[in-house]
Amino acid sequence: MIKNITNLGDASVYCDFGNQIDQETNLNVIKYFKNLKELKIEGITNITPSYNKLIVSFEPSVTNYEKLKNKIIDLKLHNKENQNSKLIKIPICIDEEFSLDIKRLSKKLKMKYDQIYNSFFDKEYYCYMTGFIAGMPFLGDTRENIRLNRLETPRVKVPKGSIGITEQFCNIYTYESPGGWNIIGNTPVKIFDKSNQENPALINPGDRVTFYKISKQEYQKYNE
Amino acid sequence: MSKNYFEILRPGINSTFQDLGRFNQHHIGIPMSGAMDKRNYLIGNKLVGNNNNISAIEFAYQGPLLKLQSTKVICAVTGNVNFKILRANSKIEEGECYETFELNDGDQIDIISTNKSVYGYFFINGGFEIESFWKSFSINTMAQIGPNDGTKFSLNQKLFIKNKESKFQKKRIEYLNSKIEFIRVLKGTNFNYFSEEGTNNLFSKEFTVSKLTDRMGMRIEGPKIENIVETNIKSEGLIKGVIQVPGDGNPIIMLSDYGTVGGYPKIAVVISADHDRLTQLTPGSKIKFKLVELNEAENLYKLYEIETKNILNQIR
Repeated sequence: MIKNITNLGDASVYCDFGNQIDQETNLNVIKYFKNLKELKIEGITNITPSYNKLIVSFEPSVTNYEKLKNKIIDLKLHNKENQNSKLIKIPICIDEEFSLDIKRLSKKLKMKYDQIYNSFFDKEYYCYMTGFIAGMPFLGDTRENIRLNRLETPRVKVPKGSIGITEQFCNIYTYESPGGWNIIGNTPVKIFDKSNQENPALINPGDRVTFYKISKQEYQKYNE
Repeated sequence: MSKNYFEILRPGINSTFQDLGRFNQHHIGIPMSGAMDKRNYLIGNKLVGNNNNISAIEFAYQGPLLKLQSTKVICAVTGNVNFKILRANSKIEEGECYETFELNDGDQIDIISTNKSVYGYFFINGGFEIESFWKSFSINTMAQIGPNDGTKFSLNQKLFIKNKESKFQKKRIEYLNSKIEFIRVLKGTNFNYFSEEGTNNLFSKEFTVSKLTDRMGMRIEGPKIENIVETNIKSEGLIKGVIQVPGDGNPIIMLSDYGTVGGYPKIAVVISADHDRLTQLTPGSKIKFKLVELNEAENLYKLYEIETKNILNQIR
């Protein structure tokens, strides 16, 4: 449950669910997110779930911190955290053209390429949140043997579709963007589809994701 | 679709459609966007007789050069903007901000530059013929969403307009875009991650707005703000006005097209009442911060709202 509530500026309520980053904590965040969203409280302009925080921003001419804080404290929760959770299978091509940081990982982790990929593919991931750029899923947790920090100097441009890992997390670059995660492959799947206005993000918080390998030929043919 | 349009003879540096922003999409990574200077946006729409949901053209530094192919339209420009009206008969008129004027078929408006400010706005009565995306007409160039395929304006493009034939009536107000000595802030959620010297620096020293400033964020330069706890936090939500300090000690202030989550500690948050003036600071401007309490910030916003209402009420 919420451990602490404070204000972030004069136009948002900052709910802290504790320092623990795990599914249980995150499912709580998502539960609050879904319940609050459903209430359509006047003045709320955005609700932003992340690993262990929930930020509720509002228009300060309509409501204020104290009022919203009390509404959040008094919120009656329904069990909703797992509703609509999906399992999504994402194909990845690990051709050297796409696996920009496999060499770095191999050197730093002292593991062969195969070993790294075996550890990576042999795991079901959980989506903690989407954000930073449109539809980017933050997935976890990777196996402990393949965890590594970000690049010392982030890339100015990470190609769209790149799969990156850092610490216990994994993400997919839905747009070309700056970024410092270790890139191990690329997916031809459209993870964020703005033409689908109802449900533009393929992967949503609470969903589960597995990855499978495809050849470069399959990659090239994927969107034909 | 109407046959009335503006032809873009020069797009300007960063010209987009903006309105009050796109709400409730943070959870999929879409920030609010919307007009950087909200008050100037509201004033312009009121001048041309539009409601608040009809989008304006926002431009930065250098605005567009537009040629009208239509029967007459009622227009206005807000901000601190230098512009000219080039009549079809070759007559050139100096433009005045905060007053309505009419453009006729073949006339051009040349929005030359913003003065000692970044953003200005161009409005037409009835607005443009564009589609909303998630209930907003704001262009988000990062996610490529909104009208015009989510991109800024380009040369020779046509901006179709809803030609609402209205009787022209001169409307004007006196409005001065005021500068303030301080940008007022509240403590951020990671305030105590920083050394006493670091936080003292933030509130006593002068900072300079860097060239690395756009609709997403503003980088400022000054004395380094030393982190004594942890230079990364687990990524969490962001909002406009948050001041993050990365490991290098140089603060970044989030503006309207911010990334929706971020992993740098939040030292402070700019109060809502100061957002408009913050966004208008040009690179090279000096900036000083002042710490206030939440109830003060709330009162200052009420004051800001009253001021805005009073200005809007002058327009009849």
